[in-house]
Amino acid sequence: MLSLDKLQSTGKKATRDGFGAGLKAAGDQHDNVVMLTADLRGSMKSEDFINTYPERFVQVGISEANMMGLAAGLATGGKIPVTTTFANFSTGRVYDQIRQSIAYSDKNVKICASHAGLTLGEDGATHQILEDIGMMRMLPGMTVINPCDYNQTKAAVQAIVEHHGPVYLRFGRPSWPIFIPEDTKFEIGKALHLSEGSDVSVFATGHLVWYAVEAARQLKEEGISVDLINIHTIKPLDEEAVVASARKTGAVVTCEEHNKYGGLGSTIAECLSKQLPTPQEYVATDDTFGESGEAEELLEKYGLGVKDIVAAVKRAVGRK
Amino acid sequence: MADIQELKRIASQVRRDIIRQVYLCQSGHPGGALGNTDLFVALFFEVMKHDPSFNMEAHGEDAFFLSNGHISPVFYSVLARAGYFPVEELKTFRAIDSRLQGHPTTHEGLPGIRVASGSLGQGVSVAAGMALQKRMDGDDRTVFVLTGDGEQQEGQIWEAALFAPHNKLENLVLIIDDNGQQIDGPTREVLRLGSFADKYRAFGWDIMEMDGNNMEETVETLKKAQAKRNGKPTCIVMKTEMGMGVDYMVGTHHWHGKAPNEEQAKNALSQLEETLGDFPAEGI
Repeated sequence: MLSLDKLQSTGKKATRDGFGAGLKAAGDQHDNVVMLTADLRGSMKSEDFINTYPERFVQVGISEANMMGLAAGLATGGKIPVTTTFANFSTGRVYDQIRQSIAYSDKNVKICASHAGLTLGEDGATHQILEDIGMMRMLPGMTVINPCDYNQTKAAVQAIVEHHGPVYLRFGRPSWPIFIPEDTKFEIGKALHLSEGSDVSVFATGHLVWYAVEAARQLKEEGISVDLINIHTIKPLDEEAVVASARKTGAVVTCEEHNKYGGLGSTIAECLSKQLPTPQEYVATDDTFGESGEAEELLEKYGLGVKDIVAAVKRAVGRK
Repeated sequence: MADIQELKRIASQVRRDIIRQVYLCQSGHPGGALGNTDLFVALFFEVMKHDPSFNMEAHGEDAFFLSNGHISPVFYSVLARAGYFPVEELKTFRAIDSRLQGHPTTHEGLPGIRVASGSLGQGVSVAAGMALQKRMDGDDRTVFVLTGDGEQQEGQIWEAALFAPHNKLENLVLIIDDNGQQIDGPTREVLRLGSFADKYRAFGWDIMEMDGNNMEETVETLKKAQAKRNGKPTCIVMKTEMGMGVDYMVGTHHWHGKAPNEEQAKNALSQLEETLGDFPAEGI
């Protein structure tokens, strides 16, 4: 069982580095894993896989729509294609290709997307997609996963390769604390209980899980006990874990690096409104585009900082 | 040697199936389906190595992808006549609870369909993906893909057009149905496409041309493309007449997406010999 004491940063690495390590490991175990990229092999931190298995690497050039179609065709013939580019170009740019050739056609394609959210940083809003979870979650049959650190991303890659069906795996650019113990099992669709608490449920995904851990430590000092749950799989949602926690605490906060519409907060609200209506506060971007800046300053400016989580928890508790 | 007369007899029945499918549900796309009938019959009854018991992965088989999914009635008829599913099922085309959706899908599990199509421009990429997979797996069979000519206005087509020669996909055969028509009128008026041969040659493809309503020439050209291995993908620019086989539907975009009424359907069927037995259906 994890707890706040056990969740300590053991160093920093980007989640995209975790993707690269996970892809190499998955490639070692499964001969039919094929990586595709649309002119971003360096950004995807996958040189290990590419150098070890050059015959299973496909450079597509700046042609994301074609990449999605190629992946569908490779999957039809029995490969496990892994498409790689930034999250923006993995989703909005190719939504119809994913919808028709992959999701509706039930192709076993793994859409792996780096540089999601504000933490992409200096490149600015053209590249900082904050709508991708919503778009991908709406596709019937699509699994949507947003891991929170290097270790979890690495484990997630292994899990999605062994799972049959289309998957959207979303991760990021910045160097980020590594705090999920390496031996933690990754189960698709199974929430990860990070810390037991009784006053408020905090559901967090992606980079904001680390901030939620820090917020929970501060709140503990102030006498507020947080039931902290990592929702790495947004679809299918672990409804049982969400409802059980909300029943225990009676107040909910959701934390994500995504628009407040369509992402984790919406997913939790949809679940609870049906099963157990509960006061909920959102830590998410407020229906806005991002801008250039450093990752952590952007998170702070757009209301996704540790202090914002602390404040949201107090609001939620106050509404009980 | 191909028995051209036999292929023509099959084509006549397939054209009857198209008219009857579209008439029964009073929707669908007869024009392009009729124009492409000879191609489909040549592929599925003479040229391709394929197994009607249907394996999605197509290992050791030739594979066909339909990118312009709206001509589904010809695809369904040929698959049924080739033994992929019962011919009787053709009467369910576009009806509720059918596996024969308006545009082909894998979703209902219809044997013979490997990817959904309908939203245009995606099939060449998918076919190129399977051609790549076959090469990775040492499978020397050929992947065919058909697109409309209007469909060539989609940008994704040209991404795939760059990819295939760069990657020397010599086992990929793209067929463009060059009938000169699209929904809103002649392609030269809607958005001029120019010479497909010049464009694809410049992209690094081998070019073949054929009259897609001449069975003998169609079979011969497809077999040549199928056998060719010279490091280049093949683009076959195929001239067809929309509506071929039914005099009042020939050469006009009017029948792109319109079903005949009872009188028109009977007129059409009177021009097409019933060679293999119609699928049973009420009222026609």
